[in-house]
Parts: sequence; C-alpha cells; structure tokens
Amino acid sequence: MPTVFTHEFNTPVYKGKVSFDTGLFIDGQFVDGSNGTTIDILNPADGKVITSVSEGTQKDLDLAVDAAEKAFETTWGLNCPGKKRGRLLSKLVSLMEEHAEELAALEALDSGKAFNATRSGDVPAAIACVRYFAGWADKISGRVIETTEEKLTYTRHEPIGVVGQIIPWNSPLIMFAWKIAPALATGNTVVLKPSELTPLTAIRMCHLAKEAGFPPGVLNVVTGYGNTVGSAISSHMRIHKVAFTGSSLVGRKVMEAAANSNLKNVTLELGGKSPNIIFNDADLEQAVHWAMLGIFSNQGQSCIAGSRIFVQEGIYDEFLKRSTEKSRSIKVGDPFASDTFQGPQISKTQYDRIMGYIESGKKEGARIHIGGERHGSEGYFIQPTIFLDTNPDMRIVKEEIFGPVGVVIKFRDEEDIVRQANDTVYGLAAAVFTKDVNRAITTAHKLKAGKVWVNCYGIGDPSVPFGGYKQSGIGREMGEYALINYTEVKAVYVNLGLNM
Amino acid sequence: MPIVFTHEFNTPVYKGKVSFNTGLFINGQFVDGSGGTTIDVVNPTDGKVITSVSEGTQEDVDLAVDAAEQAFETTWGLNCPGNKRGLLLGKLASLMEEHTDELAALEALDNGKAFNAARSKDVPSAIACIRYFAGWADKISGRVMETTEERFSYTRHEPIGVVGQIIPWNFPLLMFAWKIAPALATGNTVVLKPSEFTPLTAIRVCHLAKEAGFPPGILNVVTGYGNTVGNAISFHMRIHKIAFTGSTLVGRKIMEAAGKSNLKNVTLELGGKSPNIIFDDADLEQAVHWAVLGIFSNQGQSCLACSRIFIQEGIYDEFLKRFTEKSRSIKVGDPFAPDTFQGPQVSKIQYDRIMGYIDSGKKEGAKIHIGGERHGSEGYFIQPTIFLDTNPDMRIVKEEIFGPVSVVIKFKDEEDIVRQANNTMYGLAAAVFTKDVNRAITTAHKLKAGTVWVNCYGLSNPNVPFGGYKQSGIGREMGEYALAKYVPLSLYQALT
Repeated sequence: MPTVFTHEFNTPVYKGKVSFDTGLFIDGQFVDGSNGTTIDILNPADGKVITSVSEGTQKDLDLAVDAAEKAFETTWGLNCPGKKRGRLLSKLVSLMEEHAEELAALEALDSGKAFNATRSGDVPAAIACVRYFAGWADKISGRVIETTEEKLTYTRHEPIGVVGQIIPWNSPLIMFAWKIAPALATGNTVVLKPSELTPLTAIRMCHLAKEAGFPPGVLNVVTGYGNTVGSAISSHMRIHKVAFTGSSLVGRKVMEAAANSNLKNVTLELGGKSPNIIFNDADLEQAVHWAMLGIFSNQGQSCIAGSRIFVQEGIYDEFLKRSTEKSRSIKVGDPFASDTFQGPQISKTQYDRIMGYIESGKKEGARIHIGGERHGSEGYFIQPTIFLDTNPDMRIVKEEIFGPVGVVIKFRDEEDIVRQANDTVYGLAAAVFTKDVNRAITTAHKLKAGKVWVNCYGIGDPSVPFGGYKQSGIGREMGEYALINYTEVKAVYVNLGLNM
Repeated sequence: MPIVFTHEFNTPVYKGKVSFNTGLFINGQFVDGSGGTTIDVVNPTDGKVITSVSEGTQEDVDLAVDAAEQAFETTWGLNCPGNKRGLLLGKLASLMEEHTDELAALEALDNGKAFNAARSKDVPSAIACIRYFAGWADKISGRVMETTEERFSYTRHEPIGVVGQIIPWNFPLLMFAWKIAPALATGNTVVLKPSEFTPLTAIRVCHLAKEAGFPPGILNVVTGYGNTVGNAISFHMRIHKIAFTGSTLVGRKIMEAAGKSNLKNVTLELGGKSPNIIFDDADLEQAVHWAVLGIFSNQGQSCLACSRIFIQEGIYDEFLKRFTEKSRSIKVGDPFAPDTFQGPQVSKIQYDRIMGYIDSGKKEGAKIHIGGERHGSEGYFIQPTIFLDTNPDMRIVKEEIFGPVSVVIKFKDEEDIVRQANNTMYGLAAAVFTKDVNRAITTAHKLKAGTVWVNCYGLSNPNVPFGGYKQSGIGREMGEYALAKYVPLSLYQALT
C-alpha cells in the first residue's frame, strides 16, 4: 500500500493539515510502484525527510501508457466533446481554488519557496493556466481551404493520443499546470513524470483530478527518476509526443531518445542566461526593483532569471549602490516565516553546484560584491550574490547557474550592447529598461530571445506564448500557440466530381 | 572551374538545348567544391553518365553558412521587407515558367520520370508552390494579446536565420520548391543539399534565382553526399533549423544530430505505407483508375504511395480484374517517348532494393499476380507488380518498398478495416472509396494519416498542409501551416 502522507502545518503563515496517498496515479488509482520501492522527499529548509512516495519503474510507465491509450480510445480524445473536457478542467480549477492555501503550503514545504510566493504567485498562476486552457477545449478548429470547387478540402486538428510530459522541480505546480492543461484540453491523455525532488503538489493534484471526475487513465502521474521513468517516456514507442522542461543537457537526451525510438514530436523548454539591459535613462528605482526580482526570485532557480545585468555607465554607480542595498535587505530564511523572500535551494546537489560556480567566479578573477557564502548553518541557503569585474569567457557569465547569483556588467556603447546581450547559446528571455520609445522597441526587437520585457521583468500571462530561441528550447507553450503542440493536423480531400 | 553541362535534347516530346555551370552555388557564385572533386550524375534510363557536378564538403557548408549568415544580417531577413521578398520569389516563378519545358526535360533526364509527367505535374506544381509562398511574404504577422491595460503584450513571428534543407531524389524540383519557398518568403536564408542522384534542376534554378536578382548568399545550394554535406548541415552549430525529406532511417539521424549539436528545430517528411480502402459501393471504374495512380505514379517512388490496397470482398474479383488490366496496359519505357507513363527507377541501388523486396515477397509466400520482373534489359526498369495472398507480417506489407509494387488485400468487415489500415508505424496518407457520405467521412476521420483522400488520390495544393502522423514525420509543410516552422516567436510586454 502506498504511504499516506500526513502533516500538520503550524506556522506563522499557515495552519492546516494534509493527508493523502502518495502512490503512483495510474488508471484512476493510487498504487505502489511495481518494485515496491519508494523515494524519500526532503525538506530543503532543514534537509530532513518529509515523507516518502512510491517510485515508478519502466513497467509502471507501460501500465500508465496502457491506461492512457485505453482512455484515449474510449472516454477521452474525440469521444469526449470539447465542452465536456472544458467542464472537467474547470471543476479541477474550482477544487484548486478551494485548496489554494493547502497547495501553497505543500509547494513551500517540498520546494523551499516562500509560502508568500506560492500563495500569491505559484498557485494563482497555476489556476489561471488551467482555467485558460479549459476555455480552449471547445474551440479547437481546423480550416476549410478553398482550392477548386470540385473538391472539399479541410483540415482537422486532432489530439495526438498519449503524450508524455516531464517537469522540473523549480516551479512544480506551475509546470504541472502548464503541461496538463493544454494537453487535456485538446483531448490527449497524459503520462507525466514530476521531479523526484518535488512530487507532492503533482500527487495532490491527482487526488483533485479524481475528485473532479476525470475518467480513469486520462491523467497518469508516475513519480520516478530521470534515467528510469524519464528515459522510458522519451523512448516509449506508444507515446507520440513528449514535452520536457528542464536543463539543456537533458533536453538533448530527450530529443535523441525521440529520434532513436519512434520519432515522437518533441517540445523543449530549457535553460537561459538572460540579459537585463538597463540604459542611462531608465527609471532607476524601478529598474533596480525589477532587476532584483529578475535574479533573486525563486532563489534564482528560474529558467528566465535575468542573470546578466548590463548597466550603462552613466547610472552604473547609482544602480550598484541601490541594488546592493536592496539585495542586502532580502530576507533569506524559513519558507514559512511571514517576511521570507528567499528560501533554500532545492537540494544539496544544487547547493553544491551553485557554490561551485561561485568558486569558479573567484578563481577566474571576478570580484564578489555581495554574498558568496552559505546563509545560516542548516538547510541549503545561499546568500544573494553579485559578481562584478567579469569577462564574457568566465563560466559564471556563460553558464546557467540556477541560483541567487547575478553578474553586473557595465556597458557604454549602445551600438554594441545588443551583440553582448545576444552572445550566448541561450535565447529564452531578456529585458530592456529605458524611457525612450524607439530604443525600447528597437532593442527589444533585436534581442534573440523568446520573451522580452520592456521596463519590467518576469511578467507572464496564460494567453502569451513562452519559449526559447537557440538552445533554450523548441516550440512555444501558453497561449493559442500551445495548441499546435498537442494536435496532429490531418488534411482531407473529398472529391466532389473530378473524374479520371 | 566547375563543369559546364551542355546537352542537346532531340526527342519526340522535347527538342532544345541546355548549357549551364554545375558548380556549388555559394554566395551568388558557382564554384568548385573545396575538395576539387565531382559527382557523376547518371541517366537511369540507360545507366550512362549525363554529366558531373561539383561535390561539396564540410568546408563548403561552412562557407555557405557564412554567406547565408551575412545575407541574413544585411540584405535579407527583416532588412528586406516582405513585399520585396515576395517580388523576388514572383520573378523566380516567372523565370521558371519561361523555362518550363527545359526544366521538365532536365528533370526527366536526371530522375527518369516521364517527360509528360514532369511537364504537366512536377514543374507546374513547383511553380505554383513558389507563387503561393511569394504571396505570403508580406502577410506574416504576430498577435497583440489583451491581458490587462497596464501592459502591452505582442508577439512577432521573426525569421529564424540560416535554415538547412535536405531534399530527396524522387521529386527533385518539387521538393526544392517546397523547401525554399516558405523559408525565403518568411525571411530566412537557405543552405540546401539536393540529392547527389538528382541535382540538375536544383542547380538550374539557382541560375534562375541569380537572374531573378536574389542578392548573394540568400540561397545556397551545396551538392554532396548525405554522410558529408547532409551530416554537416544536421550538426551545424550556426544553422538553427533543419527541414528534411527522405527516409525514416535518415530522418532519425537528423533528429539525433540536432539533439547532439545545437537543438535546432527539426521538421521531417519521411516514409509511408499508405492504405487505400475501397468499399463495395465505390465507383469501381474510378477507384481502379485512382488506385493505379496511387501506386504506380512516379515509378512508385512516392512517400504517399498507396501501396496497401484493401478491397471489400463484394467487388474484389471485379476490381482485381480491372486493376490488373489497367496495370498491364501501363507504358513502361523511355521518359522521352510520347506515351510513356512509367520510367526507370532512379538508380541501381533502388532497383536492387525493390527487386529484393519482390524476392522477399515470394520467399514469404505471397503470390505474384502480375509483374515481378525487370522490364527490358537496359536501365533500371521494373514491371508494375501486384502481390496477392499476403499477410500483415510480410516485409512487402510492412515496409516501404518505394517502387511499382502493390499489395492487394481482400477485406470483409467494415468494423475491422480501419484497424488493419492503421496497423503500421507510418501515417502519411490514406484513401477511401465509397459513395456513402457517412462512411466516407467517418472512415477518413479514423485513419491515422496526415492526408486522406476520399474518392480520389494524390491531389495536392500549395495551400493545404502536408505531413505525417507517427513515424512518417514531424510538422506540416504547405499552406499557412508551413509558416510556423520558419518563424519562431518573440513576445514583448511593456509596463506602461
């Protein structure tokens, strides 16, 4: 029998109790993994075990695909009209709203994000996403194409079938919503692997989905490791599409596995080393505020982190002064303290990795302006860190650190700044701060990034597409643009009288 | 100096002369390959060498990418407004029209398809494709999204940059047009590898592109082998998108290379084993006619060949009789004879491969109804072949043969026929013949194929998307759907 996770929250920001089965969710049931093994879930705030959850294997994945295929052929897919799919997604939304605080608390406990952030950011964003796609479910349409009057030519945008989805640990609930919502709305059935580090909100959502009335097999969640369950999804012969969010390194493996198995469609949301360009005429106070959010939100564990901050020389000193002040004032601590902004990094592995980058920055000759050390003595906390005096070849400038470590780079020449900003293998996001309308738009248009913010950072909306240029990914999520990822286009020609 | 190919056509269907430089087309010039080597181009009608063309290497691909990058940053991309891009493509279409007969003759000579087919189908379709996308060039638009009034959010559909394209030998000119048209219309620059078997029309169109006035570096064509030039394109770190049409086997390698190199976007048009389902109430004469086209067009060398022909038992005998008669009457011969329908297979390799499948069919116990032998004694001609009494496990039923070899299967049960038809790892096309409207549409909708024809076969239009389910490919070409593959997105949000 799978473990039942029971926990009493008694914190300044949330008091409440959770209790739920942590099995794999396959064919509408919570079950043990085939091997009977479990995975321990750690609290990154203190390194202690929160609970254990069932561990999935290749065999469990096959069972999930069986269930998903069956559901697709019977109770889901085009057998279930769009508006019914939409209704079910809406019910799920209502249940998420009812349980918003509980989900926020679970997410904070599991991932180390501040409860304040999950309560006001993550959970509402996840809900908004599911609600948005619920609205699309009955609005999927192909085209009738005019060719000649001897034929009726049209396209159908059909669901693909069983889709595989692999999500990361940095924003578990949001990533879960971003993946399942467009897939289910368009009529696909899902086999999803959450991160083995942060499966709790995904599993809780399965309970809500069951309560909402989704037929068995429509949504399946198999917790497990990347090199077992993740790999099995990427190479599965009966999964015809895989969507992956995570590191560029693993993204490559997913694509290779797709190529070597059944040429399944692949969408990837990968890493970034996004530039934040602040011109002399920026609203300085605003720029500082957004820049700090840009690099320190979510403990720096964000694919869109604005980790290369380019500041024009005219305001460089003042920017540095104010951002230092702001960074120093960041409250790092217990996710459940009422004023915490920054929690712990997700795991010891990540902690070590980030500290390794800080070391390399020092070794390569960059100057630590603030931070650079562990925060406290328990858990995986790192001080907000800023490096100065870097050069473009340093690892801390080229590689994605995925922690609260920013580099601030002075620039002079407006002509050259776009080249500097684009000088990266990544192309996920970018920001521009300036009051000049021409410069704002022209610079934004020249940046090779899938998302560019002007005079702000990190804002998102379910109706607006998200995705990367270059090695930051393939395809776009969110908005109407997401639908094509989850539909297969069929062209039909009906001969009305062309005789041979 | 690259070889100048000069040829005098003196045939019943076409008389004319061609003369053009067969170098690699890089940065607006026709040049030797860096290795100084050439590739012999063979006439499949008689196995003799037509000419040789320059052979490209990895180094030539790098030079082409340099030129393409330079052009993208200066004379093309968003530096060249859509209407200008459209104008140039329109000029190219006009020049192709002027030279229609010449292009058709070159294609027939190089590939072996009947001149009549090239003249009436391949060349006009290629021209239509280019015209169609020329019209899109100034109609690329993003969206403005309503979110809240404090922000202004919009998307741009921008060209990617340098795109790599690899095309096959079965429809060389048509595939060339399908690839370059949407890519150039949307503002990308192109590095394209034609098949080393059939590069002549691609090279000829480069001359026309130069004449049309495309600035140097926008279109680059590097002839060469798959494992050198094709490989170089797939792995190239400065090519951010690759489009490939060819075999499923090579398609996998392309996707793998993309994953290993720079995660470039990939679209693939691969193989098929398409079903043609003919119900009892079909218009029998029409069904027979379309079925013959379905498997024997282009010497069976078509990814959309409807090679599995399912006939409902009520009309089986009559269908077989008429289908056999029509297949026997197919004129196989010289592409330049006026009544030729079927020419030679494209190469000895393909010839051997198809004959190998015919052998395997016999060995596995299927019955040859007609054909199964070489046609004639010169060139790579194969008789139109029909197999009966097959089972689903036979290689000739499961694997793509890519030759004039059909499998005819009797069926009874309407319920089960969709399952049989979908029982393949491919999903490129399908056809359904019936007069019953419910059955026609319902069956069409249940078939797992990117294109389904009802009471016809093989119709295509530049404005209708084309592509495969399952292992037949990724993405869609043609129509508005093609544009999405050549423009990534950007999103902007200004806090007002």
